[in-house]
Amino acid sequence: MAEDPAFHAKEGDNVIVVEGVKKSFAGNEVLKGFDFVLHKGETLVILGRSGSGKSVLIKCIIGLMKPDAGTINVLGNNILELSIGDMDKLRMRVGFLFQSNALYDSMTIRENLEFPMRRHLRHLTADEVNERVVAALTDVGLAKTIDLMPSELSGGMQKRVALARTLILQPEIILYDEPTTGLDPITGMEISDLIVEIQEKYQTSSIVISHDMKCVERTADRIDVLLNGICYAEGTYDELKASTDPYIKQYFD
Amino acid sequence: MKFSNSTKEVFNEAGEIAFFTGRFFKELFSPRFEGREFLKQCYIVGYKSLPLIGLTGFIMGLVLTIQVRPTLIEYGVQARIPAMMGLSFVREIGPVLSALIFAGKIGSSIGAELGSMRVTEQIDSMDVSGTNPFKFLVVTRVLAATCMLPVLTSLSDAIGIFGSYIAFNMRDSMTLRLFVSEVFHYLKFADVMPAYIKTYFFGFAVGIIGCYKGYYTRLGTAGVGRAANSAVVVSSVLIFLLDLMVVQITDLIGIG
Ligand SMILES: Nc1ncnc2c1ncn2[C@@H]1O[C@H](COP(=O)(O)OP(=O)(O)OP(=O)(O)O)[C@@H](O)[C@H]1O
Ligand SMILES: [Mg+2]
Repeated sequence: MAEDPAFHAKEGDNVIVVEGVKKSFAGNEVLKGFDFVLHKGETLVILGRSGSGKSVLIKCIIGLMKPDAGTINVLGNNILELSIGDMDKLRMRVGFLFQSNALYDSMTIRENLEFPMRRHLRHLTADEVNERVVAALTDVGLAKTIDLMPSELSGGMQKRVALARTLILQPEIILYDEPTTGLDPITGMEISDLIVEIQEKYQTSSIVISHDMKCVERTADRIDVLLNGICYAEGTYDELKASTDPYIKQYFD
Repeated sequence: MKFSNSTKEVFNEAGEIAFFTGRFFKELFSPRFEGREFLKQCYIVGYKSLPLIGLTGFIMGLVLTIQVRPTLIEYGVQARIPAMMGLSFVREIGPVLSALIFAGKIGSSIGAELGSMRVTEQIDSMDVSGTNPFKFLVVTRVLAATCMLPVLTSLSDAIGIFGSYIAFNMRDSMTLRLFVSEVFHYLKFADVMPAYIKTYFFGFAVGIIGCYKGYYTRLGTAGVGRAANSAVVVSSVLIFLLDLMVVQITDLIGIG
């Protein structure tokens, strides 16, 4: 379907358009009509407190959860109406970095990285697959760990391997769910640098979910603040920093 | 009519398991079978449970023979020990004993494995990378369990009969050759067939319950332990229920 011109038809400068997304769990209304747009090539940070529904929002975008109401348009496709097959093809173009890394702990690092390719890139030869795995690991500076198990790596290394696995299909959009949470400030900064490097190298459009202000400052082109289930404020890092709103000020103190 | 909440839960769960089984067959016959993962699971499932199933079969054959011997001597029919042990092992003890051990070993490990993959978002991660996790994880494991239990049961039968032979020779003496030919002399096709077929159902039950419990694990790591535990409990009960049904059916249609 990716070769089909209709697939790109409505694709303009906006790679993701989210409108009025609502989601509740057993009476607990987490998202109450969230709107935002992700432009091509930019990095949008979604800022919000723990439990404000950031992970829920990003999972709706990748189709792991279904919103109760609203529309989500990714690369010109209304994902709520896609067939399973088309959804799979779309997912190849959208990378997702889980908050928990979600590395397959019964597989080696190599097998972890090969996993997304076994379905989408069946035409590659064994050598080409190997080349890609090594290249992706080298990108994140972990080429030596290729034959280790995920449990043998530190948290920061696991995060980088997970990032390599996300990159291996060379996605056009990458969704990062709290890439630096739980890491020390130095490792967190390394991850932030990696995100910027990847953006510059592959011209990806990204959404970064975070409440780590160092990471936000380093990566954000634009920031959306998620509060009480809606987009509470929007702006660049400097704009928000200059804001007099008491809630937003808390983040910058 | 009023049902208590726990009765409702049982019916609810039965319905969900039926739905899960339906999905299994739907995904089984849709294209792109995960052949490599299936073979890997067959190896793991068989290899993991063979020692335990063999050992319990051996001890059961040994102990039962020692236990029934005095009674048979009273009636002067101790020479029928091979026939009796062969029949009871092939028809009932082998299949049920192996299935229960299998439920304890494989049902729980499938439940725990899929459960921890669920709570650490590894299953979601497969979904995102375009691999159908139901096909990759559930279909392969259920099929592997279904195919491997009959093999394991046959081995357990053989080892159990060998155990019986050893026990027999503690007091009396008979060559292994004669013992085995005695066993086969009294075994009919109608004894073997239903017993063999039911092991497929037992294996399927263990696989599907383990996968169901693991695949829908909730509530974090505590849920993983619960998934493994209830996989064993539910599949063990199911094995007895299936056994009961098979006996009734074969009785009705007049075989066995
Ligand atoms: N599967 C689910 N079932 C029920 N409630 C859920 C589920 N997933 C999330 N929630 C609820 O939705 C709310 C938002 O959760 P979410 O994981 O999106 O928070 P978050 O903003 O990502 O927080 P954090 O920064 O801690 O990751 C929480 O109150 C949580 O209890
Ligand atoms: Mg989160």
